Amino acid sequence: MPTSSLVMFEEEFKQITAIIDRLLKEANAKLVFLVDKDGQLIASSGETRDVDTTSLASLTAGNIAATGGLAKLIGEKEFSILFHEGEKDNLHISIVGQRVILVVIFDQRSSLGLVRLRVKKASEELNTIIQKLLHRVEAKPSAQENLLAEISDNDIDKLFH
Amino acid sequence: MSFINYSSREINCKIVYYGPGLCGKTTNLQFIFKKTNPEHRGKMISLATETERTLFFDFLPLSLGDIKGFKTRFHLYTVPGQIFYDASRKLILKGVDGIVFVADSQIERMDANIESFENMQTNLKEQSYDLANIPYVIQYNKRDLPNVVPLSELKKVLNVNGAPDFEAVAATGAGVFETLKAVVKLVLIELKKGT
Ligand SMILES: Nc1nc2c(ncn2[C@@H]2O[C@H](COP(=O)(O)OP(=O)(O)OP(=O)(O)O)[C@@H](O)[C@H]2O)c(=O)[nH]1
Ligand SMILES: [Mg+2]
Repeated sequence: MPTSSLVMFEEEFKQITAIIDRLLKEANAKLVFLVDKDGQLIASSGETRDVDTTSLASLTAGNIAATGGLAKLIGEKEFSILFHEGEKDNLHISIVGQRVILVVIFDQRSSLGLVRLRVKKASEELNTIIQKLLHRVEAKPSAQENLLAEISDNDIDKLFH
Repeated sequence: MSFINYSSREINCKIVYYGPGLCGKTTNLQFIFKKTNPEHRGKMISLATETERTLFFDFLPLSLGDIKGFKTRFHLYTVPGQIFYDASRKLILKGVDGIVFVADSQIERMDANIESFENMQTNLKEQSYDLANIPYVIQYNKRDLPNVVPLSELKKVLNVNGAPDFEAVAATGAGVFETLKAVVKLVLIELKKGT
């Protein structure tokens, strides 16, 4: 397998949530979320109630994948920041530690300059945690973390009722 | 790649429907969408051309219930089957946990099936995956049409490895959930091995 799968634990999840909660406030943003490059939502903060975060996550990953493909074609490694400007809301997308995607949605109450500044700091902190998680996955999982091993055929069959 | 969240107790996996143009990948997802309780699925997103050919991907998130206290979520994607969208197919394959190869049973699509299957293997290899290590199933679709290749012949050509395989008529839904269930099962078994 080319990359190890991402695993999230209570402790790291709390740390990540704290960072993006703070980013939301300090950047005056409406919504902040963190997505795995494969399109899985990791964490979100802000007014998420009316937003389809699952679709947002998948399309963000698709967007990053497509621009990453474009980057390679013109000899760039990747475009680490994308910015989409709308009539009301703007989208700031950046890659953290080559592995996860940080998305900030903001309107006129904030500005691109402020978002950029706050994202930079948050990215560094997030990267540290993500790297820690990836190491933790590579190391052998503890018995307590190995719950999946107990899944039986019966459990799987029951999923489809 | 699967994403296991011990904090929110969720297992997330990615399943990709692969196969030649017009074989019925999008139709599979549309049927699953239609027949799944809205509580257990999200919106289906189709990035398609004016003529409803898949341009980048279709996406359908499903949540299938709990296993040992973990919510299981499956993200279903289709690739665009048309040959010239190869760059997009490569992107969609990234992080895949399980594959459904959808073949078009019509005689005149046999070459397209073979070409697509080989293309899938090439694209997997490019990302250092090996089909031998990835859970996958095969679906022989469009069994309702008159000009179809006999099942034994399809198996011989497309399923040399003896993966679980199913006949289907995605347009009416026959075989669609059997196929999905089989790949989900393989993915979970693989996940269990990996941990
Ligand atoms: N007769 C018949 N038609 C089918 C069946 N499944 C799909 N179709 C039709 O085949 C056509 C193409 O189906 P799609 O699901 O769009 O094909 P696709 O594989 O997504 O094609 P691309 O997006 O180009 O890769 C549609 O008109 C479907 O209605 C089937 O089982 N029987
Ligand atoms: Mg399609």
